[in-house]
Amino acid sequence: MKKLMIATALVALSAMTASAQDTVRIATEGLYPPYNLVNDAGKLDGYEIDLGNEICKRAGLTCEFVQNDWDSMMPNLNSGNFDVIMAGMSITEERKADRTFTQNYYPPAISYYVAKSADVDVKTAVVAAQTATIQASHVAESGAELLEFKTPDETVAAVRNDEADAVLADSEFLDPIVAQSNGELVIVDKVQLGEGVGAAFRKSDTELAAKFDKAIGEMKADGSINELIKKWFKEKAVTF
Amino acid sequence: MFAHCADPSALGGLNWLLCYLTSGKHLLFYYSFGTVLVLLAVTAPVALGMGFLGAMAARAHNRALSLVGKAYMLMVRGIPDIIFFMFFVIALDQGLETVAHHLRCPDWTEPIRTALEFKVCPEAKIPPNSAPQYVHQIYGFALAVVTFAIVFGAFAANVLYGAMNAVPRAQLETAEAYGLSPRQVFRRILVPQMWVYALPGLSNLWLILIKATPLLFLLGVNDIVYWAQELGGSKTDSYAYPHGDWRLWYFLFLLAFYLAFTRVSEVVLGRLTARLSRGQATMAGEAMRKAGA
Amino acid sequence: MTCMETLSAYAFRSIGLGERMLPKANITLCEQFTLIGSGLIWNIYYGALALFAGFFLANALALAKAAQNPWLRKPAEWFIFTFRGSPLFIQFFLAYQVFVLLPKGGVELGGITVHTDWLTKAWAGALVVLFLNTAAYSAEIFYGALRSVPKGDIEAADAYGITGFARFRRILWPTMLRLGWPAYTNEAIFLFHATTLVFFSSFPAFRQQGDALYYAAYFADKTYNPFIPYPIVGFYFICLTLLLTWAFNSVNRRLNRHLPSNQRARIRLRPQLIR
Repeated sequence: MKKLMIATALVALSAMTASAQDTVRIATEGLYPPYNLVNDAGKLDGYEIDLGNEICKRAGLTCEFVQNDWDSMMPNLNSGNFDVIMAGMSITEERKADRTFTQNYYPPAISYYVAKSADVDVKTAVVAAQTATIQASHVAESGAELLEFKTPDETVAAVRNDEADAVLADSEFLDPIVAQSNGELVIVDKVQLGEGVGAAFRKSDTELAAKFDKAIGEMKADGSINELIKKWFKEKAVTF
Repeated sequence: MFAHCADPSALGGLNWLLCYLTSGKHLLFYYSFGTVLVLLAVTAPVALGMGFLGAMAARAHNRALSLVGKAYMLMVRGIPDIIFFMFFVIALDQGLETVAHHLRCPDWTEPIRTALEFKVCPEAKIPPNSAPQYVHQIYGFALAVVTFAIVFGAFAANVLYGAMNAVPRAQLETAEAYGLSPRQVFRRILVPQMWVYALPGLSNLWLILIKATPLLFLLGVNDIVYWAQELGGSKTDSYAYPHGDWRLWYFLFLLAFYLAFTRVSEVVLGRLTARLSRGQATMAGEAMRKAGA
Repeated sequence: MTCMETLSAYAFRSIGLGERMLPKANITLCEQFTLIGSGLIWNIYYGALALFAGFFLANALALAKAAQNPWLRKPAEWFIFTFRGSPLFIQFFLAYQVFVLLPKGGVELGGITVHTDWLTKAWAGALVVLFLNTAAYSAEIFYGALRSVPKGDIEAADAYGITGFARFRRILWPTMLRLGWPAYTNEAIFLFHATTLVFFSSFPAFRQQGDALYYAAYFADKTYNPFIPYPIVGFYFICLTLLLTWAFNSVNRRLNRHLPSNQRARIRLRPQLIR
């Protein structure tokens, strides 16, 4: 009887460990439409969620999306709370040093400087950007005064209430905001940063990264990735 | 929620507002008030228990134990509580996983902590990767509760330690004279007597605990502050209910909630204090006795 | 970089002097100690100024709350209740939202333009919130102390013909301060602790200039190791707390110097009065 119980426990344990590798936990921010957002039903939604589910289907993985703050993304990835980041994270040389990226799933993005008036000098002005983004490092290096916020939403609010002269963020995020501001906000300058948006993995997780990379490659080859891009980025979409 | 909310862009005025306030996201916002209440309901007794142990340890005759108890009591005095909140959640998580790692994967040779990563074997992950998201959320919430309990346990230990010392020495001596053992004196005389001395401090602690609940936001739990920020931020038409920056109103609502909550608590605790003071050898008890006579 | 170089580069980083870019890779223990210590400047700035200004408002509020006139008493009661009854964290968020709504050009007050834009900056806006908050907490302490001034003291003053403002200044106020001082010490300590919340609420960090906890969180994020930076902040705050306790103790000794030694109020943790 005792032996049987131990055997059952062992089987149960091994079953648990077998499935432990199966679920891939993908983290996203949920505050950066149209890449990722929390829709009005309270569920995660957006380009990256659709894309991630498609990738997992093709790679035969069970995936689950989880929401996480942007500024604790990397610590949580590296301490194993989730396995993948798909949160509009741009691929840069600096970031490649401490994480593994797939090939990009969105082409190199243009970032906009958006301000209330067109004559803001973005080299000297106070520019708002989200903490730990490529835009934030770009502002810090450009000589302008960096004003950091935790969420993308707050960076735009800072320009609206004149706390910052301009905001630097991805054009896809800013486009609808500018379009719907009734002329209050204008695009002042454009700059291309990074090598496109990719999924990020722990440095040592190359195996899983390769699976994702392969699926993204397939989707690029058969054009299905462009369909998804058009669905979420509408007429401004940049396709492969 | 309502059938006529299917197409929000066609709505206007009050109808729009009604549909807006009952959207799925808003329901999550309302549920998160439940999260706060659950946190309070779980943390308060656990913290009281921790405080009791801490106060007992500080009073112990064993020097080492007494030092541990006193250090625990002093830590909240020297270090801001928010630092504990930021530290403990990660530290507890990594600590638990390290223990699980050594138990379950003794043969694992790679180091757990490298320059970049904290990596334990998949079997040692808590909770396992395959667990559904709600298990992860409960785990995260449990870590937050434990953290709150540790920090507020230290505050409670301060209160209870003071209360135990405030019980008149004469009462304990009388008990000893009747031949009660130290353990009996503690259980039968000291503990029942100390509550009335501890109550003002514990009431205040309860109010502090209420006011500490927004810190859940910093621990990554989707609490009321998170939802107030998320719902209040201006929305483009990527969302079904586009609107401007309404964060002011959401935060005013939170302010009103907390004011009401602390006020009700104050009234209830005031009554409780009056109830407990009856027949006690304190000034309040004496005043009551005189008023009754 | 040697530790001395790090010290000169980052010792005043939090107020904008020295190296512009924060350390990114190969972070040393020395860098963590220096930068977190540099952030402590902000905690001391907020704590000291809010405490100093709050002291005066607290006295006024305590008197108003003790007043007979409801026009004085009611506003004071409501002010104290609002700030003591709600979390400081929410107060920060709300204050920031209110400050950004103020007109940018300033407000016309009797022909003078009062500028309001600086209120959205952390150095001023957060200070205002902390000032109001500590004033409310201290006012409650002083109010309690005022009510426990021994009746005999006042009767003695009356007997000597000391009345009005002189009675307040020479009898009531010193006694109130003496009775309230141990609790006020605790308030001061916890106010300094509360300053760590500033950069975790709405107020944005300007040019990556933040307080001690801001830099500690920065390092914890960069090194993925919470076990070094947070204990460093803890260490700094223990030192700060000891310093404060010493300073307040010397004031306490002065306030109690006329009393026989067995009646002197000793400062100890009074948990029923912590915030």
